[in-house]
Amino acid sequence: MSLTAKNKDTVRTFWAKVSSNAEAIGADALSRMLVVYPQTKTYFSHWKDLSPGSSPVKKHGATVMAGVADAVAKIDNLTAGLLNLSELHAFTLRVDPANFKVLSHNILVVLAIMFPSDFTPEVHVAMDKFLSAVALALSEKYR
Amino acid sequence: MVEWTDFERATIQEIFSKIDSGVVGPAALSRCLIVYPWTQRYFGSFGNLYNAAAITSNPKVAAHGKVVIGGLEKAVKNMDDIKTTYKDLSVLHSDKLRVDPDNFNLLADCLTIVVASQMGQAFTPDVQAAFQKFLAVVVASLRKQYH
Repeated sequence: MSLTAKNKDTVRTFWAKVSSNAEAIGADALSRMLVVYPQTKTYFSHWKDLSPGSSPVKKHGATVMAGVADAVAKIDNLTAGLLNLSELHAFTLRVDPANFKVLSHNILVVLAIMFPSDFTPEVHVAMDKFLSAVALALSEKYR
Repeated sequence: MVEWTDFERATIQEIFSKIDSGVVGPAALSRCLIVYPWTQRYFGSFGNLYNAAAITSNPKVAAHGKVVIGGLEKAVKNMDDIKTTYKDLSVLHSDKLRVDPDNFNLLADCLTIVVASQMGQAFTPDVQAAFQKFLAVVVASLRKQYH
């Protein structure tokens, strides 16, 4: 299910529209993930405050979305482009890759909330494919 | 037996009283057929599903979207025993419709996204958790009679 040229254009166009809200998107998506999928809290036991909109959640949401922005820029070769991030997730963070799908879902929910008329079914499928491709690139170095 | 908190019960009742089934059902089903095109395998008799525009304007898709919401409303009315309420529906999906139950999660995700876009900021993380828990119980009940 690789990204078609049309998918890439859709992602780039949509990202250009929403990227100024990247930090808010990240904070909300991460907040939701921690509430709706409590098992994900196990990765953040070192944070003082895991509640929605808390300062570590906001900060980390911004970090994650900076990664997504980077991926948009490197959309033509995600595996090569995200190699360092993959090594980080594989060797240091050791996040179970099933969780990439969980966070992706929450990013899509936030996009639907924040951009209801822009997040059409066509944009939805392109973004879903893109986030899946990002997850695959992040899993590259796991084993 | 599924335990529902007062908040979860109230949230589910409120969501279903607020949403327009004629809008949400068709939107969720057409989104599912567009975002996960392999789900179209179950709708061979629906006519033109060739592209997103055709799917979104297809009257059979719209009609069936309403049927799906009607089914969910049954679960909302019987939250304390969705498993029993859905026994015949589960047999139908397994034996007659022969739907791969993994597809239930795909439609559930599309429903979440459509309801989220309708409710906006009112779809808080806690509301999302309640809604996804409800859909998870629905999906498990629909899977129950598969053999």
